[in-house]
Amino acid sequence: MTAVPSPGQELPAQEFPITRADLVRYAGASGDFNPIHWNERVATSVGLPNVIAHGMYTMATVIRVVTDWAGDPGAVVEYGVRFTRPVVVPDPEGGTLHVSGTVREVRDDGLVDVDLTATVNGQTVLAKARAVVRLPVATAGAS
Amino acid sequence: MSVEASFVGRVYPPTSPYEVGREKIREFADAVGDPNPAYRDPVAARALGHPDVIAPPTFGIVVTMSSGRQVIDDPDLGIDYSRVVHGEQRFVHVRPIRPGDVLQVVVTVEDVRTAAGNDIVSTRADVSTVDGEAVLTAYSTIVARGTA
Repeated sequence: MTAVPSPGQELPAQEFPITRADLVRYAGASGDFNPIHWNERVATSVGLPNVIAHGMYTMATVIRVVTDWAGDPGAVVEYGVRFTRPVVVPDPEGGTLHVSGTVREVRDDGLVDVDLTATVNGQTVLAKARAVVRLPVATAGAS
Repeated sequence: MSVEASFVGRVYPPTSPYEVGREKIREFADAVGDPNPAYRDPVAARALGHPDVIAPPTFGIVVTMSSGRQVIDDPDLGIDYSRVVHGEQRFVHVRPIRPGDVLQVVVTVEDVRTAAGNDIVSTRADVSTVDGEAVLTAYSTIVARGTA
């Protein structure tokens, strides 16, 4: 990555396909077995259009744009999102999450504020999606 | 049934210690589809300056699951779990979670409010090692739809 980011710099955008199998696997790994994330009958019975992704699955996927850019996932010192729209995951076609990020500010202490945007079918699914990244120091000029 | 505003400031007892496993970190990274070697390969993690592999930035949700249930399942608070959705989540890391960490969580109810017929509860979960080293803080807001 470029060692010294500047405000307005865009992080490489990425697309992430999400299938029903991904949600089943995340349920097992995370311990969140709420059936609205894998059972269409239950999901529709509570008024959802179909099975929806765990918000935390979406959150974990979106930060990839930052960790892949930073190289070191341990550089993420703060990360927060507001869940504004469910990510619907029909079977078998699934859905695709589009994620982009922009450097908002580079602080005097070297911390970098990144704003993230996540959309599915052109609609944003998160608000206030922000990460704070501590990049390696004294590497200006390196790449 | 509406949640009780008087619960703001309530602090729950520390959760049972959670020992972070190397294979649990790998399983979680696999489940979120993230191939980063820092989650799997100690040599790669050390090259980044870490003493061992690290957990992904949202792994704290696994550790704080039990503290979240303390709040959601508190009969005095009166949350209808069948109507709960996740509103907001934020992690503030002191350092990455690593294998061998034995972590406990103390959760505090920070805010209880009603908006548009929904009960909204915000909590702060302070995660530390059993030796008292602060590791991260997880802020969560849950929304119980149509219960207010």
